Amino acid sequence: MIAFAALLERLLFTQGRRDKVRLLRRFFASQPDPDRGLALAAIAGELRFASAKAWLIRDLAAARTDPVLFALSYDFVGDLAETVALIWPDATGTAAPPGLADVVAALEHTPKSLLPDLVGGWLDACDAGTRLALLKLVTGGLRVGATGRLARLALAELSEGRASAGDIEEVWHSLAPPYLPLFAWLEGRGPRPDPAEAPVFRPPMLAHPLEPEDIARLDPAALRAEWKWDGIRVQLVATAGGRRLYSRGAEDISAAFPEIVAAMDFRGVLDGELLVVRDGTVAPFADLQQRLNRKSVGAKLLADFPAAVRLYDLLFDGAEDLRALPFDTRRARLEAWFARTRPARMDISELIGFTMMEELAALRDGARAAAVEGLMLKQAASPYLPGRVKGHWWKWKRDPLGVDAVLMYAQRGHGKRSGSYSDYTFGLWRDDGELVPVGKAYFGFTDRELAFLDRWIRDHTTNRFGPVREVEPALVLEIAFDGVQRSTRHKSGVALRFPRIARLRPDKPAAEADRLDVLLQLIP
Amino acid sequence: MSAPHPETWLTPQPGGLFCAPGGLFIDPVRAVERAVITHAHSDHARPGHGAVLASAATLALMRARMGEVGAGRVQQALGWGERLRIGEVTLWLAPAGHVLGSAQVAVEYRGSRVVVSGDYKRQADPTCDAFVPVACDVFVTEATFGLPVFRHPPAEAEIGRLLDSLRTFPERTHVVGCYSLGKTQRLIALLRAAGWDAPIFLHGALAPMCAVYEACGVALGELRPATVAAKAELVGRIVLAPPAAIADRWARRLAEPVVCMASGWMRVRQRARQGGVELPLVISDHADWGELNRTIDEVGAPEIWVTHGSEEALIHEVAKRGVRGRALRLIGYGEEEA
Repeated sequence: MIAFAALLERLLFTQGRRDKVRLLRRFFASQPDPDRGLALAAIAGELRFASAKAWLIRDLAAARTDPVLFALSYDFVGDLAETVALIWPDATGTAAPPGLADVVAALEHTPKSLLPDLVGGWLDACDAGTRLALLKLVTGGLRVGATGRLARLALAELSEGRASAGDIEEVWHSLAPPYLPLFAWLEGRGPRPDPAEAPVFRPPMLAHPLEPEDIARLDPAALRAEWKWDGIRVQLVATAGGRRLYSRGAEDISAAFPEIVAAMDFRGVLDGELLVVRDGTVAPFADLQQRLNRKSVGAKLLADFPAAVRLYDLLFDGAEDLRALPFDTRRARLEAWFARTRPARMDISELIGFTMMEELAALRDGARAAAVEGLMLKQAASPYLPGRVKGHWWKWKRDPLGVDAVLMYAQRGHGKRSGSYSDYTFGLWRDDGELVPVGKAYFGFTDRELAFLDRWIRDHTTNRFGPVREVEPALVLEIAFDGVQRSTRHKSGVALRFPRIARLRPDKPAAEADRLDVLLQLIP
Repeated sequence: MSAPHPETWLTPQPGGLFCAPGGLFIDPVRAVERAVITHAHSDHARPGHGAVLASAATLALMRARMGEVGAGRVQQALGWGERLRIGEVTLWLAPAGHVLGSAQVAVEYRGSRVVVSGDYKRQADPTCDAFVPVACDVFVTEATFGLPVFRHPPAEAEIGRLLDSLRTFPERTHVVGCYSLGKTQRLIALLRAAGWDAPIFLHGALAPMCAVYEACGVALGELRPATVAAKAELVGRIVLAPPAAIADRWARRLAEPVVCMASGWMRVRQRARQGGVELPLVISDHADWGELNRTIDEVGAPEIWVTHGSEEALIHEVAKRGVRGRALRLIGYGEEEA
């Protein structure tokens, strides 16, 4: 547990991807089985303990600390697990911190009612850094800026040429923590784990944002265009070994979308966009959000938010690997496969005809329909390459929408911004002269702007509600966003999609900020 | 006749803590006629006072920072425990363990004693005299780290983490952000004690205070200017620089710098990340939560006044032990050091 805690701490503070990979590699090279495999699972998000949650941390804190001191500390630190880790009395006994394997085994088998004593006992034996790692592990939110992908890059380095990160991803989903056969393979002590008929995830091909200078360089005749749908990218895998629906990040989301899994009555691997579609019309992203991050789904949700997949690539037709073929060939195979298979709840992403880049530019600018984010451009000759390879696929998002809003409330950020007021609620003027909140933004500003905002908020606070400060309605923020939807959660009746701060406008009088009508008119 | 309560003769004023029967301010934040200075940090020692009373080392540091005249028209050095009658009060100094020369000011008037501790710490520090608890009726304390989440680990262990990182990344320069007075010299002394004999490179802003420390008899080993050193010369070295310089262009010219920061605030990890710090070192010249509480118990004062910091939590905590707490809310402290 101590080595794992030290790793998490270094990862948290290390900025460079290369340095993170190096830290991970050193960890995997130096730690024994099964600890390293369990750490790998934790970093990749493959460890989940159903019964341990934030309530546990709150209860522990309440039992062991003075509530006034805890509240003041939490207000300062901003992160629950870290507050508990820091405020917990230091170890006095001689008990050694638990090993990672002990922790994982105990969390899996301990009944909920006994968890507080168990975790409390562990915390008693740990120093602050280890306590934090333990609490993050228990509640399942490491958030140290490392992912499964990064860990697999480190594993590829560990293998000294025996396997690439892509090779590892191909076998990944046929394996389970603590990944003993994987380490044996990477270290040359065992055979490549055989995914055989297992429905494994294939690393997807990713697109680069299209930069203005790219446009002139592209040959329209060699390019294919499709709409970029505002859903989530998924991979459908159906083999003799089973059916899986994966997110782009290799997360298995099958359980949340049983109707899609049911429709996968074929053998193959497909790439597509998961959407909510009603009567042939794609619903806004907010509808899809109702379905995400669920372990199971009820009949009402299934009826109200019916999911569908818009297919855009065929990676495997049956057992045949098509990934080395050019896009045009794969597309022809996809169309033929679709005509043959006719799967329910699926259609094919249409190709957009064009001859000049200018036509595409006009289409992109006009792409204001709900659920279209812009365009995807793909080279006709490109094979299906894992990762974000330059010069093959581009995403060309439409320009964001913008509105000038007034800062209303601020809250200390959680995570790395816990020292400053970095969560901003902003509002627009209603016709009756009332300022109504329309959204929250957490990013889009520079560190210098953050420092300005933090200072401004402290100087203009008019009221405090716990960690939230109400401020004088006097600072205008230019907010960029990708769309507007109706919402019952906000007093204003609207919700913004992907809002971020584009610019601070301290020069602009608050009375001249935009009216709510501006947003209402943008609702599709 | 019972002794008058100290709140009748020692009062927080806009200029600072004023002692009427002595006709003097302690650590005034604006220029005054007579000032007693606890230590030379710029938020406690301001330029332009008439008469200044402080330890000899504090006066030397003040002269190096603000010149002979700025440090006070009349300067009087007072040794530890040397008693002095000023007006109707008797006053003496005891070491505070914060930085070189840092003092607690004991003021006695008509049978009661107030100790104004300035900033202080209880951790060992080879560069200054250790804090001495002085029994008193009112203890005036800081509360920079007045929350139970602040518990500074042993500074030696933090230095160990720095040296470990140097072994992990031998091709990179480790640049440590630290304030020029106190933290810098303590880091150097801790590194020397841990066996780091190599030259330590300094940002130009840190050199003058190091010179005063050496003149006062604190050996720091070989120090070199970092600003003129070639990039290659700094590979695998330790560079000390003011906090403002470490995330700045100044640090970018170093060899793939590992940005470190030595401060008690580094205890809150998520917060430490914000400044782009890669290796936070929890090394502070202020008392942590445990030290604050232990000190209050040791001086045995029935009442504490808190000058600055997280006074709410500390006052809540001591109340549980029957100690009365009062927040002075002095403005202007806590701006230089942490």
